[in-house]
Amino acid sequence: MRLYFKFFVMHLKIAMQYKLSFLFTTIGQFLVSFNVFLGVLFLLQRFHEVKGYGLSDVVLCYGIILMSYSIAEMFMRGFDMFAGTISNCEFDRMLLRPRSCIFQVVSGKLEFTRIGRMLQALVMFAYGITKSDVQWDMKRTVTLLLMVLGGSVVFGCLFLIYASICFFTIEGLEFMNILTDGAREYGKYPLDVYGKGVFRFCTYLVPYTLFQYYPFLYLTGRTDRQWYMLLPVLGCLFLLPSYLLWRVGMRHYKSTGS
Amino acid sequence: MGKINGIFRYQKYMSFFRMRFLAGLQYRAAAFAGVITQFAWGFMEILVFRAFYEVNPGAFPMTREALSSYIWLQQALLALFMTWFLENDIFHTITDGGIAYELCRPTDLYVMWFFRSMANRLSKAVLRCLPILIVAAFLPAPYGMRLPASPKAGLWFLITGLLGFLVVVAFCMLVYIATFYTYSPVGIRMVAISMVEFLSGSVVPLPFLPEGFRQLIELLPFASMQNVPFRIYSGDISGMEIYTRAGLQLFWYIALVWLGKRLTAAALKRVVIQGG
Repeated sequence: MRLYFKFFVMHLKIAMQYKLSFLFTTIGQFLVSFNVFLGVLFLLQRFHEVKGYGLSDVVLCYGIILMSYSIAEMFMRGFDMFAGTISNCEFDRMLLRPRSCIFQVVSGKLEFTRIGRMLQALVMFAYGITKSDVQWDMKRTVTLLLMVLGGSVVFGCLFLIYASICFFTIEGLEFMNILTDGAREYGKYPLDVYGKGVFRFCTYLVPYTLFQYYPFLYLTGRTDRQWYMLLPVLGCLFLLPSYLLWRVGMRHYKSTGS
Repeated sequence: MGKINGIFRYQKYMSFFRMRFLAGLQYRAAAFAGVITQFAWGFMEILVFRAFYEVNPGAFPMTREALSSYIWLQQALLALFMTWFLENDIFHTITDGGIAYELCRPTDLYVMWFFRSMANRLSKAVLRCLPILIVAAFLPAPYGMRLPASPKAGLWFLITGLLGFLVVVAFCMLVYIATFYTYSPVGIRMVAISMVEFLSGSVVPLPFLPEGFRQLIELLPFASMQNVPFRIYSGDISGMEIYTRAGLQLFWYIALVWLGKRLTAAALKRVVIQGG
């Protein structure tokens, strides 16, 4: 952990070497997600609600998903770039070092520019929290935190799976974007908006609904079932299959030799 | 003699075009993955709008069929019309000094990069568009892709599609050229692209924007990109409006190219080759 902290500080210093570039990229990140917000705003101005969710609900929901995605992306960026790590044989070097590979991949790259997205998520929170009629108490605050944390874990797992697949294909697979970027984009609406098929997919194949839909129902007072707030923790079980896939991939690994 | 020179110049760029185009066609596996991604994306987009339609059909500014065609065309022709489809090679050429080689060639930098971008986008689009359009054509009624509203709409879809494509490439040229003026291409790229994404109607089709704001946006060059051809295709824009829109596209194309050429010339006068 102390070593990770050192890496963390190192990456922070690197990012601060190019302040203007950092600033621009952060602003860029901010604006990109602001776009999505504008889209939601205009659509809901026109239609007022979607499946019973109003603007403040959707904004709050988007804030949660955006925050968890940005946290996962900031810390797990190494997995996102893993195809490059394999093809330039960086991974061979990692195997030689006396630390776990996951640790090395994670500490090898930190993307601080994602702070722009987090700021955006905070703005959404601020708006969603003040405008919605959620009765904020201890339990609901905990629910919100669990949702963000559970979401980061699930997204982190998806990045890990993406990297594991690279062991077999060398190249990154574009369709994994549907599960990460796509989930970020379309997770702005509570997931029952999309109908049954998508909802099932998002529950049983990738546990999005466990950190988004179900706890969100409790958060906004649409259900009294308090145990819904603990579902994000259950969603963290997604770590098991992801880690297993990584192990299988590691065993399968052949150097590209370049 | 002048005429022969003219043809020769044209050939030079055409062979660049062919080279890039053929190179782009090689990446078939990537294209297959892209098709699946695009399809899923379009599918989700259609589901979102279905949910909104169920809330209040009266507030829908275009027919559902027109919207579905818009979404599928958008996904199928993504490579032609998305401004974020930029070539990293060109950015690298500028930032790592490779530009020196480019300048040694007896070609016009602007024209060459223009052709290169066109070829790249076209080859990607050719590989990706057909599977998406074919599958989309078989989807049930309000969600699928239809034939153009009329033969005239089909013809004008092609014409305005080409114009829109040229406007997109001309705009992207400005993004490349901006790299001469700053060494932080990522930031510029993201700011420019996120702005244009929204204003061109790729986040939400422009008819869904509130009145007043929408009329203003439709005058900007960004509305001359995908917005015009996709809406003409399904008959959402028809009659005399087609000609004014196409005229506006032509105007923006000329204006952007003019600006791009001016900026390139100015940048090349003071270009500093970064080590290497």
